[in-house]
Amino acid sequence: MLIPCPHCGERDYREFRYAGDASKARPPLGSTDIAAWHDYVFLFDNPKGGHREYWQHVLGCRRWLVLERDTATNVVGRSWWPSEGSPG
Amino acid sequence: MAAGLTRAGRYSAWALARHAFTGSAWPRAWRSPEPKAAYDVVIIGGGGHGLATAYYLAARHGISRVAVLERSYIGSGNVGRNTTLVRSNYLIDGNTQFFEHSLKLWEGLSHELNFNVMLSQRGQVVLGHSPVQMDVLARKGNIMRLNGIDAEMLDRGAVKRLLPYLDYSERARFPIYGGLLQARAGTVRHDAVAWGYARAASALGVDIIENCEVTGFQRDGERITGVHTSRGAIAAGRTAISVAGHSSHLARMAGLRLPVESHILQAFVTEPIKPFVDHVISFGAELFYISQSDKGGLVFGAHIDGFNTYTQRGQFAQVQTAAECAVALIPAMSRLRLLRHWGGIQDMTPDGSPFICRTPLPNLYFNGGWCYQGFKATPAAGWCFAHTIANDEEHPLVRHLGLDRFERGNGHDEYGLGLWTFRQ
Amino acid sequence: MSRARRLGQGGYVDRSRPIRFTLDGRSYAGFAGDTLASALLACGVRIIGRSFKYHRPRGFLCAGAEEPNGLFTLGSGARTTPNTPGTMTELTEGLIAACQNGWPSVRFDLMSVLSLAAPIIGAGFYYKTFMGPRRRSWMFYEPFIRRAAGLGRAVHQRDPDRYETRHHHADVLVIGAGPAGISAARAAARTGARVLLCEQDFLVGGSLLGEGAGALEALRTEELAGLATLEVMTRTTAAGLYDSNTVVLVERRDHARPDPARGDAREILKIVQARAIVFATGAIERPLVFAGNDLPGVMLAGAVRCYLHRYAVLLGERIVVATTDDAAWQAATELAAAGAHVTLLDERAEVGGELLRRAAASAATVVLGAQVRAARGRRGVRGVRFVSPQYPSGHELPCDLLCMSGGWSPVLHLTSHTGIKPAYRADLDAFVPGGYAAGHFGAGALTGAASAAAALETGSAAGLRAAQHAGYGREASVPAAAPGVAVAPAAPARPRDAHWGKAFVDFQNDVTTRDVATAYTEGYESVEHLKRYTTLGMGTEQGKTSNVNALRQMAQLRGIDVPAAGTTTFRPPYTPVSIGALAGRNLGQHFRPVRRSPLHDWHLANGATMIEAGPWLRAWYYAWAGADAETAYVEEMRLVRSGVGLSDVSSLGKIDVQGPDAGEFLNRLYVNEFARLPVGKARYGVMLNDDATVLDDGTTARFGETRYFMTTTTAQAAEVMSRLEFLLQTAWTDLRVQVASVTDQWAGMAIAGPRARAALALALPGIDVSDAALPFMGCQEVDFAGVPLRILRLSFSGELAFELYVPSDCGTALWQHLLASAQGLGIRPYGLEALASLRIEKGHVAGLELDHRNTLDDLGLGKMARTSKPFVGRELRGRPELQAPERWSLVGLECQEPAARLRGGAILFAPADPIQGHGRGYITSVTWSTQLNRFIALGLYQGGLAHAGEEVLCAYPLRGELVRAKIVSPVFIDPAGERLRA
Repeated sequence: MLIPCPHCGERDYREFRYAGDASKARPPLGSTDIAAWHDYVFLFDNPKGGHREYWQHVLGCRRWLVLERDTATNVVGRSWWPSEGSPG
Repeated sequence: MAAGLTRAGRYSAWALARHAFTGSAWPRAWRSPEPKAAYDVVIIGGGGHGLATAYYLAARHGISRVAVLERSYIGSGNVGRNTTLVRSNYLIDGNTQFFEHSLKLWEGLSHELNFNVMLSQRGQVVLGHSPVQMDVLARKGNIMRLNGIDAEMLDRGAVKRLLPYLDYSERARFPIYGGLLQARAGTVRHDAVAWGYARAASALGVDIIENCEVTGFQRDGERITGVHTSRGAIAAGRTAISVAGHSSHLARMAGLRLPVESHILQAFVTEPIKPFVDHVISFGAELFYISQSDKGGLVFGAHIDGFNTYTQRGQFAQVQTAAECAVALIPAMSRLRLLRHWGGIQDMTPDGSPFICRTPLPNLYFNGGWCYQGFKATPAAGWCFAHTIANDEEHPLVRHLGLDRFERGNGHDEYGLGLWTFRQ
Repeated sequence: MSRARRLGQGGYVDRSRPIRFTLDGRSYAGFAGDTLASALLACGVRIIGRSFKYHRPRGFLCAGAEEPNGLFTLGSGARTTPNTPGTMTELTEGLIAACQNGWPSVRFDLMSVLSLAAPIIGAGFYYKTFMGPRRRSWMFYEPFIRRAAGLGRAVHQRDPDRYETRHHHADVLVIGAGPAGISAARAAARTGARVLLCEQDFLVGGSLLGEGAGALEALRTEELAGLATLEVMTRTTAAGLYDSNTVVLVERRDHARPDPARGDAREILKIVQARAIVFATGAIERPLVFAGNDLPGVMLAGAVRCYLHRYAVLLGERIVVATTDDAAWQAATELAAAGAHVTLLDERAEVGGELLRRAAASAATVVLGAQVRAARGRRGVRGVRFVSPQYPSGHELPCDLLCMSGGWSPVLHLTSHTGIKPAYRADLDAFVPGGYAAGHFGAGALTGAASAAAALETGSAAGLRAAQHAGYGREASVPAAAPGVAVAPAAPARPRDAHWGKAFVDFQNDVTTRDVATAYTEGYESVEHLKRYTTLGMGTEQGKTSNVNALRQMAQLRGIDVPAAGTTTFRPPYTPVSIGALAGRNLGQHFRPVRRSPLHDWHLANGATMIEAGPWLRAWYYAWAGADAETAYVEEMRLVRSGVGLSDVSSLGKIDVQGPDAGEFLNRLYVNEFARLPVGKARYGVMLNDDATVLDDGTTARFGETRYFMTTTTAQAAEVMSRLEFLLQTAWTDLRVQVASVTDQWAGMAIAGPRARAALALALPGIDVSDAALPFMGCQEVDFAGVPLRILRLSFSGELAFELYVPSDCGTALWQHLLASAQGLGIRPYGLEALASLRIEKGHVAGLELDHRNTLDDLGLGKMARTSKPFVGRELRGRPELQAPERWSLVGLECQEPAARLRGGAILFAPADPIQGHGRGYITSVTWSTQLNRFIALGLYQGGLAHAGEEVLCAYPLRGELVRAKIVSPVFIDPAGERLRA
């Protein structure tokens, strides 16, 4: 599987590290809402289909990116920097 | 002994000979009925766990108005895709007892089901590659002994006598310090488990309905009262989900979100060769395990690919990793050939442990989240899940495996790896 | 022996280059260009194996990769390679081959008595028996089953050969160099696209090699060399297709006698990343299913043609060709032309006039509407029985070769590797790819093209389209995909119900029509159940010749269409691949990268014994202190406690944290306070996972207002770095902070012991290392001899100690300088074992205490947390079970029995407890204490230090030990910290 890194271009997935669902919102710093933290840390939508997920290009530029991928086919779509929020 | 089998249907050497000489046909191993309108219990998922659950509901709890609904053919999921290992060398409180119960059930299963599942207690050696790793193995071995389970510590010399073909040379990147042997561990013919449970459950009146996909739940307020399927609506007193790999998909239909992500685990088999490896061997330097099937193929597995997917096909990098481990462990394997590799979709959970429990919705029960260990758990999972469904209360062996354990801070982490999503 | 003979001319063999080889110790000869199979057939060898289950004599069925019978063990000694198809083995001088599965030999095999038991040992018989009399009875039967099963025998010696991995990038990858593939590659390369053409055979030409003279020449393959952007790879099998157009090829080089000493590879794994792929993989002929269809001398018609034309071997004198389609008519006429007496039996009552005209022109006799019922013979075919309108009750023809053709199965394995389901085409009576992914194109027989002309046409169209997909040749006009050339519809080759004898569906696994019927009767009717219950298609050829025939029989039994019966999933690899080729160069010491300290060479030269610590190799202990770890580490501890020692800590993770918000960032990461850490100070910190288990600990020093130097444990360095980047880039994007891993940039060493300051003063004249200038937890950046030097006064051992960091390339110089300068003080190096033991005496957690199950409180560090500020893990730390007072938490343990010892992994019990179950805790780390003169340990215990002073039992049933110990504070020495502040 090839992953398009916005900085380095298409690279084999083995250069990257996966870190799960990027659509989950991390509770804001200092939030004391334990239920929100629980859901963020432990629950997954785990869809069969479109998925936005975090990958880090550990053997390249080391930047974290958000990737669109279809979990039913592994067909890879666009990618963008987390700071961009969405592909625009 | 499996009740309900007619004399004509019972398997034995004598019956085999009789059929051979009379030329008479064997009956179907399990009936293929049309779904009824209602059942006491509907089990979603005709895998090893679902079929075992149905069998124990009928055999131990007297509940035989049971249907097992399978989207495809029975045993099409992970029960037919794993590396067939069974063992009970587990460390933490709860796991040890559960998996030992499972191994005990394995030990009687062929007789119980009147179906030879070929439990081969050839012994498993888990290797240690550093003094610290040997301490970790010692802790596990001590726990096993203290729970009445067989365990034996092997030093390097003893491992070498038992498994002379491993790499003991200077070239080995991770030298072997010793290993932990569980002699009662071994392998089982995986497909036979699904078929054996199906046949025995069917004989007790359980309806096994293949090619029947669940498309939704019927409910009365919060209470689950049945399912909608591709073959019509089916009412159920109690409904049980047992669809590891696709747990989230079913749970979503019921409006539940689970601590589960679906990942692919690949498995590998070489061409068949004459007896080459007589034990189950687990590498200690990386996750890698190997044994030889009765048919002659060396069956091995490694880590999950490392990202969620439902594709049932793996990435090539993981094939290389597994092959590298194979050669690192047994240099002679370099010359053997990989015949086939495939993938199974498994539920991964934050602490690596499964769920067998009630759910927040009355009359809906959940069994899933098995990570790497679903196959070896099959009999005990069926046993405990049947109890949980029949009594509307978790079996004592699985009380720690509830869906609410993360809220309470009661994670159940056998390997101490922490949140697996960050550990790939 | 058969009546096969080599013709005097023709074929692609070089008669001027004879090649000698042995089979089962007997010498034979063939020619260059032969395969082991063609050479044996030319020598008249007909029985080359015994079948898997019934030990029936078997000969070659095929001429290609799909061969189910002709498997050999090649080579000898450590190079023994079982299960190699003779049809794919290029003949090389001195080749050593052995038949498999026969005892004492394949020609006279005592195990063939198993045939008599066939009614009992049919499909799935083992599920019905071997269960008694006792529960473990299978353990008695299993060894017999295992010895009977398996094909060849492998050896346990280390493979002496070498394998390589290469990466290729191509615009267009063409798989298969038959007419379609060659035509595709040529068309694509002419657009300027970079084209790879791979072919599993050692010659290009594919099916044309098995056509008559001139067929291959018409393809003008010599022109391929002139295409600059085309690379042709022979002996290279496309093993698997993976996501994102990754194709794995395997090149076999056994023919070149690769010498590992010269660096030659036996096999080369080629991982190709292609923009577009043309599948020109051809088709495989199917056997007919009738009783005795496995007899030696019953072969696929296309294979017989191939042996005739490619290898110039005529395989019989009296030949019957049985077919259901047109293709085998060619075989009949050509065999007749070569001088054989040929009878053609076609199941169809009517065929095209052109066929009849051509047959009439040859010497072949034609019988239409003829169905083969059985082949006769014991060790080889001697006759064939068939029924026809003329012989409704059957007729028998003598023959010494029976060619059969039951239609063709396109080789669609690769497209189905990525999940594309095969689709049934009734006109071909075959499955073709159910579709193509973007950038994938099919050509030739794969798509149902039946003639060489159609193959050429579909090939060039596919090649051009593939090039276009890759961005080439836009201006060229692409001919529309050639229409399939009309062929007379094949008669579906229905399996005959054999009332006597066995009709084989899967030759390699001995699966007969009766087994398929058994599976059906017992309800194993899904195609996957059929496969798994009967073992159909599970052999080395993975059902290439058997799948469709079995499916058709099952469909017939169920009364449904073939497509409704489904197909099995094809899995990689297409043909078996050496594990060695998959592992490549990542073996032995190169299995995983080795990380070495900058001081590595010094350690080796100065008596260190090294040990693996994750990917690192670290100095475990030094020879000066003792001959083994057990004795040496104690001496090294004594040195540090009484004098001064020097230890390499370069493997610690080091992270440079800089920026205006660096302090705030660290505050959020660590449970304790870092923003207000003064410049020139260091602090011990702990960071948690989001779920409040401990992630890592370490010391972070502040060298400037916006500049911190973080150290992590060796084990967690990469994890921590990644986590820092994750939080900065995804969650806290407003923080102005940069992080960089500098682990490899700095060598680190700890100098520890009561004389550490004196030693440092000797080594670093001019640098003030007094307590006033460098108090406990103070840090300095200084210039020493032109080299930046970071000095942190902190202690892992509990003694007065300093950590020194210099650029890696100066590490050895500083290390040697320290040892030389302080020689008079008795300074010596100490290793990892002593380092890890000294910290136990001081109660520092490490290793097994930090295992992701434990919380801050479990490790007795709860008081460090500054809950007034947010930090990672703060909230989930408050979950009720994590705060339960009875959680297992850190304690110290002192051995109470002078003659006994404590051991890591011992389970702890209170004295009154029964010694069973999971106990109340366990021992994580153990050391001999030079201070207390007894074994001490760290461990986790239920309720922790609330039980201080109580006695516990340390159970180690693996050794039958039960040892008394006392729970004490984990800080065994100097609890007030006077030594490290000295």
